[in-house]
Amino acid sequence: MGIEIRDVNLSYGSHHVLKNINLRVHPGEIFAFLGPSGCGKTTLLRLIAGFNQAASGQVLLGDEDIAALPPWKRDVGMVFQSYALWPHMTVAKNVAFGLEERRLPRAQVASRVKAALELVGLQELGARYPSQLSGGQQQRVAVARTIAIEPKVLLLDEPLSNLDTKMRVQVRRELRDLQRRLCLTTIFVTHDQEEANSICDRIAVMNDGVIQHVGTPIELYEAPANLFVANFLGTANILEGRVVGEAGVRAFEVAGGARVALAANAPVSSGAKLVFRPQHAALGPSGSSGLAGTIVHREFLGSIVRYGVNVGRSEILVEMPFISSATLKDLGENVAVTLVPERALFLAA
Amino acid sequence: MTAAIDFRRAPPGVRLATTGQGLLAAGIALFLALFLVVPVVTVIYVAFTEKGSGGFTLVNFLDFARTDLFITSLWNSIYVSAMTVILASVFALPLAYLTTRFEFRGAGIVQLLGFLPLIMPPFAGAVAMQLLFGRNGTVNLLLDDYFGFKIPFMEGLNGVIFTQAVHYFPFILINLSAALRNIDRAMEEAAQNLGCQGLRLFRRIVFPLAMPGYVAGASLVFVKVFDDLATPLLLNVKDMLAPQAYLRITAIGLADPMGYVISVVLIVVSVAVIGVAALAMKGKDYATVQRGGGGLARRKLDRVGSIAAYGVVALILFLVIAPHVGLFLLSVATVWSFSPLPDGYTLAYYERVFVESGVFIKNTLLYATLAGLIDVVLGVTIAYLVLRTKLPGRHWLDWTASAALAIPGVVLGIGYLRTFFGVQLPDGTSLASLWIMIVLALAIRRLPYALRACYAALQQVSASLEEAAENLGANKFRTVKRIIMPLMMGGILAGFITSFATAAVELSATLMLVQKTSDAPLAYGLYVFMQSPAGRGPGAALGIIAVALVAICSLLSNWVIERNQKMRGAHRA
Repeated sequence: MGIEIRDVNLSYGSHHVLKNINLRVHPGEIFAFLGPSGCGKTTLLRLIAGFNQAASGQVLLGDEDIAALPPWKRDVGMVFQSYALWPHMTVAKNVAFGLEERRLPRAQVASRVKAALELVGLQELGARYPSQLSGGQQQRVAVARTIAIEPKVLLLDEPLSNLDTKMRVQVRRELRDLQRRLCLTTIFVTHDQEEANSICDRIAVMNDGVIQHVGTPIELYEAPANLFVANFLGTANILEGRVVGEAGVRAFEVAGGARVALAANAPVSSGAKLVFRPQHAALGPSGSSGLAGTIVHREFLGSIVRYGVNVGRSEILVEMPFISSATLKDLGENVAVTLVPERALFLAA
Repeated sequence: MTAAIDFRRAPPGVRLATTGQGLLAAGIALFLALFLVVPVVTVIYVAFTEKGSGGFTLVNFLDFARTDLFITSLWNSIYVSAMTVILASVFALPLAYLTTRFEFRGAGIVQLLGFLPLIMPPFAGAVAMQLLFGRNGTVNLLLDDYFGFKIPFMEGLNGVIFTQAVHYFPFILINLSAALRNIDRAMEEAAQNLGCQGLRLFRRIVFPLAMPGYVAGASLVFVKVFDDLATPLLLNVKDMLAPQAYLRITAIGLADPMGYVISVVLIVVSVAVIGVAALAMKGKDYATVQRGGGGLARRKLDRVGSIAAYGVVALILFLVIAPHVGLFLLSVATVWSFSPLPDGYTLAYYERVFVESGVFIKNTLLYATLAGLIDVVLGVTIAYLVLRTKLPGRHWLDWTASAALAIPGVVLGIGYLRTFFGVQLPDGTSLASLWIMIVLALAIRRLPYALRACYAALQQVSASLEEAAENLGANKFRTVKRIIMPLMMGGILAGFITSFATAAVELSATLMLVQKTSDAPLAYGLYVFMQSPAGRGPGAALGIIAVALVAICSLLSNWVIERNQKMRGAHRA
């Protein structure tokens, strides 16, 4: 079932947390709210679950506006960041809870608890208490408890943040597989772009209560809507400057005087900055066309070498494949940074 | 964090829940108004009212200031309270520090024994203390025999200070120990790493960090001693404020304004002390700021240190246990005067007490149970309303209920008499003469403690545990029943036991409110017995029964709480 958020605003006192949010999550897709802490992503998730009330706007689940329903009437399953397993109940009791609240017959509760625990591979541990489980197991119980009620959508609030790095990779693959098998519309809140990129169909990047960009991970990386998205996803070099010259021979002049040629019809809004990824630039000999600069930094990373180059007042990063020691540039060497023209972006804030 | 809810837009389910919360809050507000605010305001009002005309006046206070007896009483009360805090600190500091910071055998026993005095009415201890430490008590007789001098432990105000310090030092011990345990070991290790150790370490790092706990305990002791009525009365010290208030009302009558004026002075000083303590510690509670580290840094004592430490602890524990031993000896002694130990032993007093005073025991169980129940019901509800709802004005419930801490028992008693004496039931009996008034006064007096216990319990239940239940389809009521109540049970029980145990030995308010002996609780009977030398045997027997009663209940609850926690395992760790 799909979710649609329409014109949602929410404030804590004078702090405007969600600003005119509009969003559509398609049925069956796994969707991420991605952004730095404090951007409003968890608030938006809790709004869908019914723990926050919007000052205005609608939350549609399928075709139904659920904004007026209390949390316990929504059928929106949520897995909490802390898992929120009840310490006074066994694993099986935890999983049975939602079913019991729905007044299902006892036999049905038992069989669905069993099925849910099997789905997450914990059928043996029903009699344990949460305190007797490892972090990864607790996480799976939390998921089992939520999917046992067969929710219309699944909400995951930073579900991997309490796991160690190795577990994280494993569990996110499990989550992805589970979601595919159940074909369950899922929203995933995270501040970790790698997590979002690796398992999500689409991502909404949020900052300061505003949705900055919605798209597939590749769209976001390749054609970010603005400076924030470019900077938040992956590494980006950002240079200030202005457009010089007339139609036909336009160029973008960065602070310090170096120029990048502009395609004739490339639209550059006023106040836009030059943005490019480190791997989309190359270092040429000093004096060749490009941004003149000096190497101030060098990191050898195996297959690639990352250079820090001072261009004007800013330092930019350039990543070159490592060929041999003979092709390495040295610190202090004057170079020219050349860009792949079609990879150069001009973005405003 | 929940956004401010616009009630017009709030979902119907939420609105319904909010209405229910509003009704609950209104009910509690009414209860607090009737049985706390109105009686106290009445007392204050009468103190500022001219007798006869009913107009506003300060003349009563002028009279208070002009009467030497009252001024002396005021200074005596302040002196006794301050000295008690100092003496209690002398008892509590080494016990707390040694048992939390060093590898100390029997630390558990020390902490347990530290609670012992609390389960005995202080005035019961007073008589035993006189027999042990009085001019012709055991210790002085022995001192005189062997060294030829006596120490005036129990002369006049000294007696009150000594008895109260032995009784109340656990408040400082408990708070200080908790504070010491909360200090991250890395704090001390960092200081040691930089070359600081021993007393310097204590003075520069440990004590400042534990200060909030110490001040909390110390201010509580000050206020409790300042308000206490029965201990000075039993030690025959009358020139202190609380006894004066009691004596004015009982000897001259409810219409005499001086009782009310003294009450106002008692309230003002109590509030001032609690306020100053809170102000002094504002922003200085670091317990929650510290991170990392983990367990306690326990150090080893060297040989000399060990001997000194065990010596100090043994001496303090001897003092702590002394009243209990004394009371027990008294309860089985045929005759005990002018001799270190009783002349002969008998069980006759227990027989007599069980036969004659069964009604006291029954009343105590009934009153303390009811008061404890009222307290946990109010405590859980207030804690829930304050911590988990957005009800406007909910903090006032907390503030009002906690304010009872600053209302001396004798003031509450006077307030109840004045407020409810004129209110008559259809059959003509006065409301103030019903035993249920004693229960209500006890419940109000103990509410702040039960409330704190409930707060702590609810705070440990993470809000996400509740939200998870709502998310899975449980409404507010079901969530409270299936998740919150079971998880709070330990704290609720702790709150109940605190209320029950302390209400069982409370006397200040009760002394004013008991109208006939058949309604009297154990503490009252004990007090009456203890006033005559012939009644001391049975009184002591009654005291031992009270101690046993409270001890059994406390152990029982402790057992239940521990079992509860064990079941839940280390989840919260």
